[in-house]
Amino acid sequence: MSQAERPISADELLHLYRQLLLIRLAEERLSALFADGAVPGFIHLSIGQEAVPVGVISNLGPADTVASTHRGHGHALAKGLSLDGFFAELLGMDAGLCRGRGGSMHVADFSLGMLGANGIVAAGMSIALGSALAHKVLGRDAVAVVFFGDGALAEGLLHECLNMAKLMGLPMLFVCENNGWSEFSPTDSQIAFSLESLAAGHGVRYQHVDGNNVVAVAESARLAVDDVRRGRGPIVLECKTIRVRGHFEGDPQKYRTTSDSELEAHDPLRIAAEQLRALGIEDEQLSVSRAEIQTRIDAAVRKAREGEPADFATALNDVYAA
Amino acid sequence: MPATSFGKAINRALADAMEADSTVVAMGEDIGSAGGPFGVTRGLQERFGRTRVIDTPISEAAIAGAATGAALSGLKPVVEIMFMDFTTLVMDAVVNQAAKAHFMFGGQRSVPMVLRTPHGGGLNAGPQHSQCLEAWFAHVPGLKVVCPADAPSAYGLMRSAIADPNPVLFVENKKLYAAKADMPEAPGTVPIGEARIARRGRDVTVVAYGGVVATALAAADTMATTGVEVEVVDLRSLQPWDTDAVLASLQRTHRVVIAHEAVKAFGVGAEIAATIAELGFDDLDAPIVRVGAAFMPVPYATPLEASYLPAAGDIEAAIQRTLE
Repeated sequence: MSQAERPISADELLHLYRQLLLIRLAEERLSALFADGAVPGFIHLSIGQEAVPVGVISNLGPADTVASTHRGHGHALAKGLSLDGFFAELLGMDAGLCRGRGGSMHVADFSLGMLGANGIVAAGMSIALGSALAHKVLGRDAVAVVFFGDGALAEGLLHECLNMAKLMGLPMLFVCENNGWSEFSPTDSQIAFSLESLAAGHGVRYQHVDGNNVVAVAESARLAVDDVRRGRGPIVLECKTIRVRGHFEGDPQKYRTTSDSELEAHDPLRIAAEQLRALGIEDEQLSVSRAEIQTRIDAAVRKAREGEPADFATALNDVYAA
Repeated sequence: MPATSFGKAINRALADAMEADSTVVAMGEDIGSAGGPFGVTRGLQERFGRTRVIDTPISEAAIAGAATGAALSGLKPVVEIMFMDFTTLVMDAVVNQAAKAHFMFGGQRSVPMVLRTPHGGGLNAGPQHSQCLEAWFAHVPGLKVVCPADAPSAYGLMRSAIADPNPVLFVENKKLYAAKADMPEAPGTVPIGEARIARRGRDVTVVAYGGVVATALAAADTMATTGVEVEVVDLRSLQPWDTDAVLASLQRTHRVVIAHEAVKAFGVGAEIAATIAELGFDDLDAPIVRVGAAFMPVPYATPLEASYLPAAGDIEAAIQRTLE
């Protein structure tokens, strides 16, 4: 991690900005679809946290694998999952990425190295650990990344996985999206230690970054991913961020006092837009991007709704692989 | 046809599978240089190296989760969980992740992993090193569960389990490890879901699996001296189980006893009895009788454990009840 900081070009940042916008607009659409009753069940939005998946995954290729969380839409979209398949899944359609069987908490596309969102806190850690093991045993030039929230610091699996990743020298990056909340409770009421100290206790290297600044996340993750890829063992990257919405859509958040203006100050889209302006990108270009992405989302939702609903007979047939 | 022990048959199946397929890896606590607590993996690390025969820390949850992730990323892991009691610590990985992956991800990928684990009492190992928990796993859609009773079946089922694209629980009764049986020079595979007739008989069917197959065969020998010919069906696979073989045997004998070492309540025997009642009621000449352990934690002291475990006498009494 000794390389000099690499300046970002306007084109590169515009690409990251568009990724942030894709996640934001897709989740805002999901929120509306949920409010309308079109998307059932539980959905957990990552609005405010988009810079972490976008910044980290901008350093990954298709062979690199990602294990995600219940708040996983950002990881999925940043990894390049098809918008059509994504919306079809959440709308419960047969054309969904998981044929309507998983929904929001299980969005996956293995052809792109996205090993799935996950309904169990911390479970992705051991999935990514095993994926990193497979990369190593099979001699692949690939890394495995697990995203987890600060609530997962309370799970024992984190200790087991840090220890094993370190012992086995696995190509694995642990990315903590620290949004300050463990479901409905402030994490400082739940966790008695820092992630930095936990990593140090396992002899695992640790970096931290402003998780709302996509340029900073991308740069910090670039150094970490390059290092992990060189076979130097696991790294923990802690990204301090914000959770704008509740734990799940429909959460009345009676436990919460943070004001909206405070959240606005940390909005990763606003921060990235300011950085783009400083690089000479006009607001008009950002508006064009927004309109383009909105059109793509509209088309994906329309296409999903025109498709066939998920099918019980084929589901029953897929309990076991043949 | 040299005699081979149950444990050595599994060892050979692992070695043959690793030789045939470089994506097969073994992982678990003390399976490498120590060869596993029951010696089942002895010599594998020397032969295949530390990259493919992986000694892990005592981290069952991470081992099973990592095996799941590795299986989703191109390996075929064979995990050892040292005692079946410790599978309580792998439940998220096995039940929530591995079992559901193929279904929940729309058939994109499956989890070709095998989880080997010894169960069973008789070693004074006490309440946390003796349990038979296979019914828990047989209850979960997406898992397969096998529990062989003899060396050739153990070899053949292990080869099938490793080749299977789904997660398979491979349950080994500890008392069987030293039991020897004739093995062909080139043993074959045994399909998952196929039972074996361990003894032919015309009067009563005893359905059993794992360690209790030998107990049932001993009971059958005793009953034969009284003129009762007992047919013993060794299920070998529990999920899926060979409904056809059990119903066919019932059609020959019209009486059935189901025996296993696990506690009787809510056990594998309950599922088999219910299926027979649904599909084979007209073939029954007597009520179905189940034999299983007492509904208590597995006790430590020798006389307590001896009373707890189903014995040949219990199976003989059950057979008698079907003849009354």
